[in-house]
Amino acid sequence: MMNFINLILSGLATGAIYALVAIGFTLLWQTSQTINFAQGEFVMVPAFFVLATLNLGMPLPIALLVGLALSMLVLGVLFKNLLVDPMLRHGVLPLAICTMALSIFLKETVKEVYSAEASPFPSFLPEGNLIFFGANISIQSVSIFVFAICAVLALQAFLARTSTGRQMQATAQNPYVAKLLGVPVERMIMYTFLINAALVALASFLISPVYLAKFSAGETLGLAAFIAAIVGGFNQIRGAIVGGLLLGIVDNLAAAYISTQYRGAVPLFLLIAVILFRPQGLMGRAEERTV
Amino acid sequence: MKLFAATLLVSATFVAPALAQTNAPIKIINVGELSGPGATVGTNFKNSADLAVAEINAKGGILGRKIEIVHFDTQTNPGVARALVQKAIDENPYAIMGPGYSGSVKVSAPLAAQAGIAQVMGGEAAELTQLGFNTLFRTSFGQQSSMPKIAKYIAENLKAKNVAVIWVNNDFGKGGRDMVTKELTARGVKVTADISTEAGQADFAADVVKAKSGNPDAIFIYLNEEESARALRELKRQGVTVPLVGETTLIGQKVIELAGDAANGARGHIGLTVDAPNDNLKAYGKKFQEKYNYIPDHNGIKGYLGVYMIKAATEKMGKVDQKGLPDALKGLTILAAKEPGILMDLTIDKNGDLDRDSFLAFVENGKQVVKETLPKMSK
Repeated sequence: MMNFINLILSGLATGAIYALVAIGFTLLWQTSQTINFAQGEFVMVPAFFVLATLNLGMPLPIALLVGLALSMLVLGVLFKNLLVDPMLRHGVLPLAICTMALSIFLKETVKEVYSAEASPFPSFLPEGNLIFFGANISIQSVSIFVFAICAVLALQAFLARTSTGRQMQATAQNPYVAKLLGVPVERMIMYTFLINAALVALASFLISPVYLAKFSAGETLGLAAFIAAIVGGFNQIRGAIVGGLLLGIVDNLAAAYISTQYRGAVPLFLLIAVILFRPQGLMGRAEERTV
Repeated sequence: MKLFAATLLVSATFVAPALAQTNAPIKIINVGELSGPGATVGTNFKNSADLAVAEINAKGGILGRKIEIVHFDTQTNPGVARALVQKAIDENPYAIMGPGYSGSVKVSAPLAAQAGIAQVMGGEAAELTQLGFNTLFRTSFGQQSSMPKIAKYIAENLKAKNVAVIWVNNDFGKGGRDMVTKELTARGVKVTADISTEAGQADFAADVVKAKSGNPDAIFIYLNEEESARALRELKRQGVTVPLVGETTLIGQKVIELAGDAANGARGHIGLTVDAPNDNLKAYGKKFQEKYNYIPDHNGIKGYLGVYMIKAATEKMGKVDQKGLPDALKGLTILAAKEPGILMDLTIDKNGDLDRDSFLAFVENGKQVVKETLPKMSK
């Protein structure tokens, strides 16, 4: 039982990271029909922004803020203006292919500029353990989960309770009608890219102390978050949350009770099952499209 | 007079290239893991090989000829490693160095053996030198030398009865797991959890839970460097307090850097370390740190030794003879007093295995502390 609690808890911590990244997938899809196959690398890059700032002698809190700001500039503003906008007018597929190329570019650039080796990344969360029903619980795991979920709740509140959030939702639902109603659609789309950049930066700051900062660190995360977004429902933020948490738990239980070798296959089985029996995702909404 | 001039010209045409060939640099090709999961291994190996080459060239080279070293990146992929060793052979080098990963060595060694070119590599899997590749040479101990020492320590010093074994499912990890399990069983120690993990694995939460479930008296960890660091961090996160024992890859400098505080308390047998009570090793570590600004791990020492092994064997032959180099390396004993670059007295046997001193070390306050020097097996 103690082992089971530990597995669920560490699964929730990893799943919360997947959820943060998966929300980015759904936000970009809803507002600009962008499927970002470089999302995993977007999680990897902010860690290196922070490490570069730390190397300049800055303290960790400042380095994290600089990392966040640089992420929003590079992975938000520049990504939208230099890649998404010019390519989107050619359709979703060319843009998706461009994001695949971007993923390779980011990995190779980090490898060349920084190093191919893994680097330690400092944690800003408390460490240590606490005993819970006889189980030795990692405070870091609990903190990652709590921090990520708080970020998601804050995002939900922003979208539901602020004027800007509601305008962003209107843009996501129907940009043409939103524009007629006077919503600055372009600005709302830019906000979405900035939010995505902030979410991946947060995911990076939370996971890099555990997985280490490495140019290839985004590969696993990107795939897991993509699966989580589809399993939960690509058009719903709550779907990305459910998908992320579910995937984190399933991944951990599969590794413990089935096999480490097959742990990577279990989420894919889950994905196939969802596509076959509930294509809109567990929490998603069926959408009709004109062909 | 015209005839004399023509004779001179013809002679110069044929003799000049031969003279140039005599003074041409000795070409060594290093095929290593410069990217991918094994980047730590390959980068350390490469940097140290470059350091050794620069030192030797600064002193006039080998038998008056400079060394030229070229590096190929396997991307930690055995298929790429094999292709690159073939490419290296096509360039007709004097010797090949690397790879560092046993799986990559295993698939590339037949090519070097067929070409008759010495391959001085970093792999530690026990079987590598038992497969009959007569041009293959280690730069560190094989598992058949290190695992009995570790099993002895676990059984006699720790007095452990139950042990969990966490290993990486590749040629290196499987060889170590098989060897340590055999040695532990022979000493009456039971393996209560046998946990295989994947190369490049990021999340060790489930594996640590499985290891804890067997209530072990100690955990033996046999993973590559980055995975060792992640496993140590997860073991700390889950509050594991039993002794964590391993080989060089658990307590190397890079692992300590990556794992931070989580490495404290880990211990194991280590074949090569700059923290050893040995002046040559310390001097090498200082030179490396001055050049690259970090402390080298055992993979670095392997790359350094590899170049000096080639130098010593060539000087023993008294000529630069590509085909004669493998035979010159076999049975060679190199004394650090005569060749300080070899760092410790070293004997290479007919299979390409090494015999030399090794160490028992602990990680204390983020530093590797050598507690005991274990003598050469032949002593």
